[in-house]
Amino acid sequence: MEGVTFSIEKGKFVILTGPSGCGKTTLCRCLNGLIPNFYSGQLTGELEVDGVNVKGKATAELATHVGFVFQNPENQLFSLSVERDVGFGLENLGVPREQAIERVQWAMRATGVFELRDKAPHELSGGQQQRAAIAGILAMRPNILVLDEPTSFLDPKSAEEIVSVIAKLGHDLGLTIVLVEHRLDIVSRYADRVMVMDGGKIQLDGSPREVYNEQARLIGIGLPRVTMLAHLLRKEGFNLLNPVTVEEATSELRGLLNT
Amino acid sequence: MISIHNVSFNYPDGPQVLHGVNLEIKDGEFVAIMGENGAGKTTLVKMFNGLLKPTKGTVEIDGVKTKEKSVAQMSREVGLIFQNPDNQLFAETVAQELGFSLRNFGFTEDIIQQRVISYLHLLDLQQYAASSPFVLSGGERKRVALAAILVWDPKHVIMDEPTIGQDYLQKERLRNFITQLVSQGKAVVIVTHDVEFVAECKPRVVLLSHGTIIGDGPATRILTDSALVEEASLRMPQIATLINGLTSNGASREIIEIYAARDYFLKEIRAKAKLLERA
Repeated sequence: MEGVTFSIEKGKFVILTGPSGCGKTTLCRCLNGLIPNFYSGQLTGELEVDGVNVKGKATAELATHVGFVFQNPENQLFSLSVERDVGFGLENLGVPREQAIERVQWAMRATGVFELRDKAPHELSGGQQQRAAIAGILAMRPNILVLDEPTSFLDPKSAEEIVSVIAKLGHDLGLTIVLVEHRLDIVSRYADRVMVMDGGKIQLDGSPREVYNEQARLIGIGLPRVTMLAHLLRKEGFNLLNPVTVEEATSELRGLLNT
Repeated sequence: MISIHNVSFNYPDGPQVLHGVNLEIKDGEFVAIMGENGAGKTTLVKMFNGLLKPTKGTVEIDGVKTKEKSVAQMSREVGLIFQNPDNQLFAETVAQELGFSLRNFGFTEDIIQQRVISYLHLLDLQQYAASSPFVLSGGERKRVALAAILVWDPKHVIMDEPTIGQDYLQKERLRNFITQLVSQGKAVVIVTHDVEFVAECKPRVVLLSHGTIIGDGPATRILTDSALVEEASLRMPQIATLINGLTSNGASREIIEIYAARDYFLKEIRAKAKLLERA
């Protein structure tokens, strides 16, 4: 990463995307203190997350500010039951038992895994596993959720389900969401803002409609196919905006077909 | 040719994962196996190089039953690239990773050098030749795993979720690359959830659900069949959903990618304009 500067307002849903190797995962690791506390390397500049200066803070302490969800839920789940897994982080933080039980129940309900609480993680589908992993993070009551490609191992139906759970958590609890994602077709409808990284720098930053332009395509991010279609039709001389969802594209094209 | 005849499988003391699967994949054919998480896709392709042997039924590669050969023997014929590259990578440098199997297969040092260099370039990894695979990004490690198998030129190539962590340009590169392998007469099989990638490649699609094949045919037909797509927990490609919502015209139903969609809309708009002119 080089000369990265940005700030994200509380409660916003932000997509972080960019070509493979652009620095997305590195940036995420800075947000929860894995860099510089766990990974070696040189970090210069200032990082403040949820009002806390990240440098020199223990990762465990940051965990109550920033929750981190990995790509593969299997890397995050290991207990004998969903309930134990969801409670693991709290146990480690030394939260009193009564309070921990309450928070675990709340987190399991918020992510829709309450009915699955007695199952072993390996008995769950991929989407259910990822929801359980999110519940475990949520139980620590962070204000910020950072998710590194949480849908990439999931079938399209489960992927949609996970993304809508994340968006709902953001909306209902006022959480700030930073979602690293290549599947822009699924996530764009929820995003307030898209940041595109390339070569360790933030190259584009704005609403999906603003960011999904010709330059984004050239950087090599996979725009929603309806947006790509609009680009193609614009080249043929038709005056289309940048639709981000199928619904937006439908109404724009209906207009074009009826004039 | 890969022939799967009446194959059933259960893991020891586990539930049955595959139920009487029949499937034939010809040389030079490109097949995408799709279906929900846990449908049995990975289990099925692990049969192709003998890593798993069927509980019932037979798997034959070019007429040879996998039950009669070792995984090492079968791997020379069928290259299987795992979903998670970290299950496959172990060498100190990317170049060593690529050279490892070639040394095992007894190629000469000259040929090893040549092949390693050419596959590093092919997968856009030349700048990482001396790096450890473990300092690379997820998407880059995935390409190293792919290169490490393709480098020995297996007769057939199986890739489990090759597009995970790959950006759009890398996917385009992968698509061209697959076309090249297919034109060399290899059977290429991918396991994938990436509906848009499949819509752009248009391979034959085999839909697996709960260990049974529920659909088999061209991508244009399978991915626009809303009942099948729903049953396998997939989604139609965005373009197919868009066109379905806009038209009741049966002829347009098999459009699943942007270039065909552009041509379709241009034709429609121009036809409308002509009608207006006449009126």
